[in-house]
Amino acid sequence: MARILILFAHPALERSRIHAGLLHSIRDLQGVTLHDLYEAYPDLNVDPDREQALLQQHDIILLQHPFYWYSAPAIIKQWQDLVLEHGWAYGHTGTALQGKQLGNVISTGGMKSAYVRGGHHGYTIREFLLPFEQTARLCNMNYLPPFVIHGTHRMERSDMPYCCQQYRQMLEGLRDDRYTPAALAEAVYLNELMM
Amino acid sequence: MNEHSFFFTAMIYLAAAVVCVPVAKKLGLGAVLGYLLAGIFIGPDVMGFIGAEGQDILHFAEFGVVMMLFLIGIELEPALLWKLRAPIIGMGGLQVLITTAVITLLMYWLGQPLRAALALGMTLSLSSTAIVLQSLKEKGLIPSAAGQSAFSVLLFQDIAVIPILAVFPLLAPPGAAAMEEHGLRNSLPGWAQTLMVMGAVILIILAGRYLVRPLMRVVARTRVRELFTTFALLLVVGISVLMTLVGLSPALGAFLGGVVLANSEYKHELESDIEPFKGLLLGLFFIAVGASIDFELILSQPWRMLGLVMALMTVKCLVLLALGRLFRLSADQNLLFGFGLSQVGEFAFVLLAFTRQSGILPADITGMMTAAVALSMAFTPLVIMIYEKLLQPRFTITKSAAREADPITAKNPVILAGFGRAGNITGRFLLANGVRTTILDLDSDRIDLLHNLGIQAYYGDASRYDLLLAAGAADAKVIIIAADSIDQTTEIVKVVRKHFPNLQMLVKAESIPDVFDLMELGVLHIYRESLDTSLRMGADALRILGYRAYHAQRAASTFRQHDEKALKELSALRDDKKTYLNTFRERIEEIARLINRDNVKPWNNDTVSWDESSLIAEAKQE
Repeated sequence: MARILILFAHPALERSRIHAGLLHSIRDLQGVTLHDLYEAYPDLNVDPDREQALLQQHDIILLQHPFYWYSAPAIIKQWQDLVLEHGWAYGHTGTALQGKQLGNVISTGGMKSAYVRGGHHGYTIREFLLPFEQTARLCNMNYLPPFVIHGTHRMERSDMPYCCQQYRQMLEGLRDDRYTPAALAEAVYLNELMM
Repeated sequence: MNEHSFFFTAMIYLAAAVVCVPVAKKLGLGAVLGYLLAGIFIGPDVMGFIGAEGQDILHFAEFGVVMMLFLIGIELEPALLWKLRAPIIGMGGLQVLITTAVITLLMYWLGQPLRAALALGMTLSLSSTAIVLQSLKEKGLIPSAAGQSAFSVLLFQDIAVIPILAVFPLLAPPGAAAMEEHGLRNSLPGWAQTLMVMGAVILIILAGRYLVRPLMRVVARTRVRELFTTFALLLVVGISVLMTLVGLSPALGAFLGGVVLANSEYKHELESDIEPFKGLLLGLFFIAVGASIDFELILSQPWRMLGLVMALMTVKCLVLLALGRLFRLSADQNLLFGFGLSQVGEFAFVLLAFTRQSGILPADITGMMTAAVALSMAFTPLVIMIYEKLLQPRFTITKSAAREADPITAKNPVILAGFGRAGNITGRFLLANGVRTTILDLDSDRIDLLHNLGIQAYYGDASRYDLLLAAGAADAKVIIIAADSIDQTTEIVKVVRKHFPNLQMLVKAESIPDVFDLMELGVLHIYRESLDTSLRMGADALRILGYRAYHAQRAASTFRQHDEKALKELSALRDDKKTYLNTFRERIEEIARLINRDNVKPWNNDTVSWDESSLIAEAKQE
């Protein structure tokens, strides 16, 4: 059974419908640790030692956040800058994260159709997430396909339970090692593996 | 002298100084020359305000030299003194020996008997600690290589006075009057004298270590300011009495006492207490030197006198230049060193008086020599000025190059005034971050505590200009004012604003009226002691009520900005009612105005950050 760490970043969770629902749906899930970064570090003074210890206790690291400006909220960047130290996470002696998996769990206001070549946003989600993918590679980790919830701006309250249930199933699948490496390598979104 | 004439004399001295020193400074001549000119002016040969009593005043004012050496000692840590041991013994020793030998030979060659020639040689080999150090200090040249060398030589000369005083009675022709009583020492055999001298030195060191500190603590705890000054004076006078008793130079003893206390936590306070007395007495001393110049004698044979002074100074200067060369001083520093020490010192007056009494020299020669010594002292500031104006400019390039290589003996960049509730946190924070901080506090118990922890802290009132100066305010960058009361705080702010515009002031305030007072004084960085704590409590209350930590943090931070802005606006609105503001009712009203302002202007712009409603609305229209 793989241990999952969710690094959650939302600067204004009190305004979010979807992320509050997602968190609620997984609150009792075995083998999943939820780490709320903005709650732990309201002054953005991330503690590298504590974060590195957390990373070492888990096999799968998921960054859960709204997709702001084609990237993550500021604290994720701060976390990367402070925690992924040279010589620990990468570099000749940086093997602490070797073999672990890294992935993004994101929500976007726009529909999936907007994230295509020539669409409203011009590029695909995978293209926008390339910095994370390469970060995983540099730190000797495998990058998982992202779990994406599109169209939150138009989402009705009645659509949300479905998303939350899917999220929970996805985490259980990762935890219990239900997805083959080949399936993971082939998928564009993790969402596909549950259909 | 009745009381009236005493006050009259005092008035003459003070007035002469007040008139002449600013004029001399304005003319670029320096304060020392100003005092000398004042002395000449009021002396028997020009205005005749003072007559023979000038000599008595000279003896009294020599105590200023003692105080100066005490202050030099207190600024000089033992480690530094140990570092200077080579120049003190090497340079100083050679200077005294060679100059004595050269002048003795010259005098002998000029037809003086050997005893007289030797007495003159020793007398004239000494230089003037008072004039040299004061002149160098005035021009900020003490830390230069020449300044350090000059200091070393002068220190050795002070030590050399002891053997010179011992030798002089041997030079007296048989049957002549013995030298003045030398206290206890003369009645003892040689070995006992040595023991006694060593005992006195050890006594000063031990007392400085184990007796003076606890005593100062007791005195400081009384919180009677003038008692500390009294104690500081007692210390210096006490050392002088002890040294005179065993026949040592009081200046040397005071210097030693200063060095022993150099690491003490009361260092700055002692310095600033003694400093004004030293300044006054040294000024008096220079005036007395000026007044004692016998112009009648000089004018009766002007060329002979001038020639004598010139020859003396040239010989001394040449010996010094050769020594400077030997000790590898650069050319410009060597010139300053040679020119600076080329006069004959104040101790020559004492020795010349003795040679006349004991019949070593006839009265006409001692009279002429006394005049020559005074003239050489009067010429020194002129000579240093000639060096500065004519010679030094030629060396400016080499000088700046040498300066860059020199490690700057940097003082602490931060002064922390007040180590109370707020100050101790700031101080600990700075020390933890490796920022060198000079701590000043008025609570002697706190100073003790810090001292026991190995932290440099000094007892003293930071609103005193001289104490701030001693604490390095002229070179520091920041002063953090965290005094216990607003009165102390405003005093410090005023002094800093007036005398140390180089310092950035960070000022702690307790109440809103205090903030207004500080704003009116033009303080830019004001910190209300309770503000951050109160807001943190508020933010934590929000968190416990279920608000997100980040929201609470931002809310507190935004509120603080809003509050400071509101205070600034209210400060501008405040009219002549401010004088009544200290009443309780007014304070309540002030808070009411702040609360009203909070309600009128929405301070927390909560509707904008991370709000997606407009985006959602737009998306739904599509």
